[in-house]
Amino acid sequence: MIERKLDAAGEAEPLVFVPIAQRGGEKEELGLFKRIMQFFRRWPVLSTIILSAMVLMAVFAPLITSADPEKANLRHRNYAPLFMDAESDAKQVAKGGEEGNYLLGTDQLGRDLWSRLAFGARISLSVAAVSLISGTLIGTALGLMSGWYGGLVDEFITRIVDVWLGLPFILVALVIAVVLGTNLVTVFILLALLAWTPFVRQIRAEVLSLKHREYVLSAQVTGASTARILIRHLLPGVINTVIVIATFRIGQLILVEAFLSFLGAGIPPPTPAWGAMISDGRGYLRDAWWISMFPGAAIFLTVASMSFFGDWLRDRLDPRLRQVD
Amino acid sequence: MAKYILRRLFTSFLALIASTMVVFLISRMVSDPSVLLLPQEGYGMDPVAFEKMKDDLHLNDSIPVQYGYWILALTKGDWGVDLATRQPIAPKLKEKLWPTGQLALSAFVVATVFGIPLGILSAVKRGTYLDLGGRSFAMLGQSLPTFWLGIVGIFIFSVKLGWLPSGTLQEGFFLNKNLIMPTIVLAWLPMAGYMRLVRSAMLEVLDSEYIKLARAKGVSRQSVIWKHGFRNAILAPLTFAGVLLAGLITGSVAVETIFAWPGIARWAVEAVFSNNLTVLGAVTLVFTFSFIAANFIVDILYAFVDPRLRLT
Repeated sequence: MIERKLDAAGEAEPLVFVPIAQRGGEKEELGLFKRIMQFFRRWPVLSTIILSAMVLMAVFAPLITSADPEKANLRHRNYAPLFMDAESDAKQVAKGGEEGNYLLGTDQLGRDLWSRLAFGARISLSVAAVSLISGTLIGTALGLMSGWYGGLVDEFITRIVDVWLGLPFILVALVIAVVLGTNLVTVFILLALLAWTPFVRQIRAEVLSLKHREYVLSAQVTGASTARILIRHLLPGVINTVIVIATFRIGQLILVEAFLSFLGAGIPPPTPAWGAMISDGRGYLRDAWWISMFPGAAIFLTVASMSFFGDWLRDRLDPRLRQVD
Repeated sequence: MAKYILRRLFTSFLALIASTMVVFLISRMVSDPSVLLLPQEGYGMDPVAFEKMKDDLHLNDSIPVQYGYWILALTKGDWGVDLATRQPIAPKLKEKLWPTGQLALSAFVVATVFGIPLGILSAVKRGTYLDLGGRSFAMLGQSLPTFWLGIVGIFIFSVKLGWLPSGTLQEGFFLNKNLIMPTIVLAWLPMAGYMRLVRSAMLEVLDSEYIKLARAKGVSRQSVIWKHGFRNAILAPLTFAGVLLAGLITGSVAVETIFAWPGIARWAVEAVFSNNLTVLGAVTLVFTFSFIAANFIVDILYAFVDPRLRLT
């Protein structure tokens, strides 16, 4: 972590290894390769590329795919992806199937995996975004209130957070999914319920340290309302923390959403969702591994890029938060 | 010290009460539980007997009174009746508890035994390829979906290579082949957490003044790392143990589902799809109890390790 902080700050990195005598003029002498490497270290290039690719894939899903993600074609079941040798396709044809032309193959119902993957990105990303936003709003509001009012309000909110964190979320989520029925709104609610807790704790702590500062006292003296103090004076002070926690949280939300839909408590089929697609392929590992592998890889890439991006953002905005996760 | 323990005991008790309330409320939210006890579509229902049954089960009382009866039964070891089989839950729960415990325990041991030393190694060899490898390993653990990891494991080691069985528990042995893959899949995430935590704690300690002093006055590097550094860096992972257990619970739901493990987590998942709320509630309570108990133990341990806490 420390060396990355130095990278972000700029030229400090060579200090660690290079003796003083050799350091002069280092900047100009850097070769092209080294300069590129330094650029990659300083900016989260790869994760930005992957994340924007995922977002673009979700937004332009109808444009970049040709097949309907929900249309089954039983004569094209379990077709191999294009990059694999033609042998497996030939096998399908020999079994009485037809020639297929599927970038990532088809699933057990003959649905085009590439378009399911692209449309599935819409579900995964939108669910994560919506629940993250609502969770952020709720958590930040509660954290501000808890820190500002103190006393019983604080005690009450902190206790709720403690109890909520003590419950096994996945099981509670499954119960709620059974009660409310599995649909998009339920998933939004469930993940919002997961998202809010870390905001409360961290922001409460920050407000506690901010609320006795001069500028807050001055605002109070000039007669600013509580709402104004919280929103105009305290919120800007904690907004960096909010952003950093949010970037760390979104990866987790994507993972949990995928897990819920894997268990069958997410968006109901046939709507494509990454977790459900992994579950679809479980029974076909021997014949059609691609059904499970591609959506899983998509989840992994998204979450990993998000976590790299979060690391970078944290070091930029708020190095004190190193422990947050 | 006694005061500290008492206070922790009190808050744990509060959490316990609150969690039973939440579980109870959720189980009553669905609909009238008596409906779940009816034979299919009310066929052959005797209204008089039905009313009598509702009376016997206290379902005609108000919700708080029902809660009281439920808690009372719970303290007597009566976990209610499995709605699917109409058998009492308690014996089956006891029978399924061990496989889950076995899996969680072995994952905990693996995560601790490998996670902490790897974190230290990563901190001591900071900036080397070893460190890079360790950090990548941790990054993988935190970004790979556990349920997908299990499937990939089955695909590689069961389907392609045929080295390991793809699931379920064998009788008898504690260390059997069936345990290997579920344990690794379950342990990876907590191991990653340990590594990151120990690494950053260790880096912070190694950067402190007294370490520099110890090195400056000629204490060997090994001795500084283990005697001065490690002892102070070990506090961080201890607080993590509670979080780790929460992760193990979520993880065991995934792992037991994928490896067809005969434990309580899979039982709960199965219960979801048959609307078997009594089973789901019981399992949720077991997990919550163990979580609260573990956090309590961690708090006490923490006070033993870090004397500063005892005074507060």
